[in-house]
Amino acid sequence: MSVLIYLETAEGKLKKSSIEAAAYGAEVAKKLGTNAEAVYVGVEPTGIAEAGQYGVQKVYHISNAELATFNIQAYSAAVSEMANKTNADILIVAKSASADAIVSRISISLKADVVTNVVELPDTSAGFKVKRAIFTGKAFAQAELKSSKKILVLRKNAISPQVSGSDASVESVSVTIPASSLVVKTKEVNKASGQVLLPEAEIVVSGGRGLKGPENWGIIEDLAKTLHAATGCSKPVSDMDWRPHHEHVGQTGVKVSPNLYIAVGISGAIQHLAGVNSSRCIVVINKDSEAPFFKAADYGIVGDAFEVLPKLNEAFKKVL
Amino acid sequence: MKILVCLGQVPDTTSKISFSDNNTKFNSSGVQFIIGPYDEYALSKAIDLREAKGGTVTVISVGLVDTEPTIRKALAIGADDAVRIDSEPVDALFVATQIANYAKDKGFDMILTGRESIDYNGGLVHGMIGELLGLPSVSPAMKLDLEGDKAIIYREIEGGKEVLEVPLPFVAGCQEPIAEWKIPNMRGIMSAKSKPLAVIPADNSSQVIVHSGFELPIGRTTCKMIDANNVDELVSLLKNEAKVI
Repeated sequence: MSVLIYLETAEGKLKKSSIEAAAYGAEVAKKLGTNAEAVYVGVEPTGIAEAGQYGVQKVYHISNAELATFNIQAYSAAVSEMANKTNADILIVAKSASADAIVSRISISLKADVVTNVVELPDTSAGFKVKRAIFTGKAFAQAELKSSKKILVLRKNAISPQVSGSDASVESVSVTIPASSLVVKTKEVNKASGQVLLPEAEIVVSGGRGLKGPENWGIIEDLAKTLHAATGCSKPVSDMDWRPHHEHVGQTGVKVSPNLYIAVGISGAIQHLAGVNSSRCIVVINKDSEAPFFKAADYGIVGDAFEVLPKLNEAFKKVL
Repeated sequence: MKILVCLGQVPDTTSKISFSDNNTKFNSSGVQFIIGPYDEYALSKAIDLREAKGGTVTVISVGLVDTEPTIRKALAIGADDAVRIDSEPVDALFVATQIANYAKDKGFDMILTGRESIDYNGGLVHGMIGELLGLPSVSPAMKLDLEGDKAIIYREIEGGKEVLEVPLPFVAGCQEPIAEWKIPNMRGIMSAKSKPLAVIPADNSSQVIVHSGFELPIGRTTCKMIDANNVDELVSLLKNEAKVI
């Protein structure tokens, strides 16, 4: 019996969400009196040993050449096999575009119950219960898992990771990948490099229709650069193709949980709020003092974005 | 082209969520139910493909009899026939098992679902169906074009997209902008009443995850307003009061 944590890297570093998964998995292992081990699949393992600093004893690096590119079926098969090899009862995964796509398949092959959007450590005092967000963060529920194997998919900020040790040992392993799981071919990967990824970002600056057109996004990008923030947008903005869809924050877009969310020229439709309601602090800048977003914000400025944003950018530069 | 579309019924996106019976049950009073928004993208894409290539679109939904108006709406939008598995959709594994059992010997060229439901936001059903049937699964699919016996699917990833070549048959979890939602016209609404809607019993063998102890998040109480000419004050509050920069 052990806890297995699924790790991902980005730009040569362990992802923040994976650090949270490592710390969470280590806590669960401690509660259950067992070991926390981790698994990484792929050819960019730089940074995976860092999981040790958060309590992971050992990291398995699945290094098969055919897994150089992410593949939903093949990665699912690889992680399932590793879970079986390590006798893992609990698999801990941080929510991400890749993790979301593989946990469902892994849950079938391991016959494990799977709970997504987990926001807290489990309660293991009687049975196994864990708190999860539902209705896109508009509510929470306790989920009770009865199967012997379990998969928990963590929402951002499910735990505050604390450094408690040193790098983990890394063991390179290879697994058997059935040819039938390699039928999907990746033709192209188009990914912005050097940008802060929206779901990982500690600060997000989002723009809405109030910015009047895509040519005006410079003031959003300038502020984001100062704050090392990711840029987001409202649904109408992505619908009108002012910004790419992967920046759309909301009920049917990306759900973010940053420390600071700055909304500029976004009125605050309930569907947008559903994507930002787990942000720690929300600042709303809108020229309409009646904008509903002010009711869901911590700080507000009624004013013209084109005047306020450049001034705000300068003010941040003075203190950062 | 034979397409199966999986639909779930969910509270409208503008619904105020609340619970009854001492926070043990979802309070459905005054809640308007709709086709899951992502599921509606799947349905719209299926209809576009049928219009371009011919074939049929079957919708399947796991739900009690009160979900039939939602299923009829999918027929009004343009699906050819519908299947309702007669049970509460208790959890993702249960729903995926019912759909996989139904689809396994029917020869569908593709099974389209939404990327996730907007009630439990699990995003699990498409992958589970794929694994249960031994088919590839792709999610979230934001563009899908057919090229012979393969589909070219754009899958959204953090900060961009992947372009995938996927052999038929497959399962895909759909999201915008894969297709435009369709508004049912009068002819569609009239014909929906006479389109076949089969009701089949559920297989109750899987063990389910039980949800209890519902609660609502603590909302923000007050918004501190700052003068537009005094942005330094905002910066200072974020630094010293909220401590987020």
